[in-house]
Amino acid sequence: MTRIDPDAIRRGDRLALSRALTAIESNDPAGQAALAALFPETGKAHLVGVTGSPGTGKSTLVNQLARYFRQNQSPKPPKVGIIAVDPSSPFTGGALLGDRIRMQDLIGDPEIFIRSMASRGALGGLSHSTAAFATLMDGAGYDLIFIETVGAGQAEVDIAQLAHTVIVVEAPGLGDDIQAIKAGILEIADILAVNKADLPGSENAARALRMMLEMAHGKGSLPAAGKHLRSGSPIGQEVTQSLDQGWDPPVQLVTATEGDGIPELAEAIQSHQAYLQSTGLWQAKEAFRLQKDLEALVRDTLMEHWREQVDEDRFAEVLTDLVHHKLSPAEALQLLL
Amino acid sequence: MTDRKIRVLIAKPGLDGHDRGAKVVARALRDAGMEVIYTGLRQTPEMIAEAALQEDVDVVGMSILSGAHNALVPAVIDKLAEYGLDGVKVFVGGIIPEDDVPGLMEKGVYAVYGPGTDTQIVAEEIKAALSQSAN
Ligand SMILES: Nc1nc2c(ncn2[C@@H]2O[C@H](COP(=O)(O)OP(=O)(O)OP(=O)(O)O)[C@@H](O)[C@H]2O)c(=O)[nH]1
Ligand SMILES: [Mg+2]
Repeated sequence: MTRIDPDAIRRGDRLALSRALTAIESNDPAGQAALAALFPETGKAHLVGVTGSPGTGKSTLVNQLARYFRQNQSPKPPKVGIIAVDPSSPFTGGALLGDRIRMQDLIGDPEIFIRSMASRGALGGLSHSTAAFATLMDGAGYDLIFIETVGAGQAEVDIAQLAHTVIVVEAPGLGDDIQAIKAGILEIADILAVNKADLPGSENAARALRMMLEMAHGKGSLPAAGKHLRSGSPIGQEVTQSLDQGWDPPVQLVTATEGDGIPELAEAIQSHQAYLQSTGLWQAKEAFRLQKDLEALVRDTLMEHWREQVDEDRFAEVLTDLVHHKLSPAEALQLLL
Repeated sequence: MTDRKIRVLIAKPGLDGHDRGAKVVARALRDAGMEVIYTGLRQTPEMIAEAALQEDVDVVGMSILSGAHNALVPAVIDKLAEYGLDGVKVFVGGIIPEDDVPGLMEKGVYAVYGPGTDTQIVAEEIKAALSQSAN
């Protein structure tokens, strides 16, 4: 087991942070130990999810946003963390992590930390360790943390749960017809960015999105930010009242390669943060996420305990009967618990 | 139980604009089960060391076709050391004259690969280099 000094992470030692991230990702207990030491100081960072189909320009956009926040926020620009998640190959377990290619501008700024991560078998677009990465960066003093992830399947739910603010990135001409956008992606969007505004079709895409949003949200319905809080949140009841002020997800046209529309997008991010804080949704989201994390942890731990104590032969026997349809799954469960 | 994956940074230092070879190696290492970070063209030694630090890689592989390897490789290795990354293993690929290989090895490179090297060998030697340092 490696040893990681939480004080070094606090002091801004980036190698210590980097090693802690690796430890977390590798299930090395040193990672959780560092996280536990820092945890009391965390919960401050603004987590911004950036999701969308492959190639829409998420990395280019994050690059511009990070640069903008570093250069234009006075008096003290935020320290910016970036977590870029790409899928692992389900066959080899390997991964090609290429998001940094678009973030070369940011290298050399010691207050920006970029970490690529592979999803490592997690179903969604996030890895099991992504939330812990964000917490460690938060503990290391990063104020604004972007989490880039390809939007696919379960990923949408995951990123909506983890991030305070979700930016969904669309782009024209990807063959991925705007009309075909799943309702799911609209539901999680706090901000919609239509990137590649320099290309034909972007205006139309933005218009179509605005229309779809209007239909989805309508008058008097819950804003997106509240929707995924509704079920199971311990303090969900209290916050639904304050939701009346609502948040209408803006649709912003941007050209990430040129930087056009970046100031407006940055402003939307800050407005959303202010909205969350003024309505109590910030805390509600935090509570909801921690509850979900805890539940997942309990589930994994119970599963592991069960695996350790289950009799292999017995398991094989029951499995065989199940496969031969002599037992139903529920009956098999009864025999194994 | 820890399960550490091998993380590799594939870097293109210098000014040459061909990264086909680098991409082939990157893909092969991914297929060998590694996590490969690729950062694109024209990296300075500083940028490479920065990326290696933030990504906490075990290995840095550099692809150099420009002929500037005798300057670039030592510069990268020195930067890595300056960043506290002495433990990171370094290999070089590209067009490297036979005569230059010993000098690079002396500087701390564990392998030099010419064009057309079987990528499986690259993967195997990464594993070997890492298991050696673990002992
Ligand atoms: N024309 C145009 N191209 C852009 C713009 N933004 C990004 N691109 C290009 O789109 C391609 C993909 O950009 P990325 O930033 O890598 O996209 P991504 O969504 O991060 O891609 P993945 O991480 O692979 O899903 C690159 O070739 C970019 O140069 C833009 O505003 N206009
Ligand atoms: Mg990307």
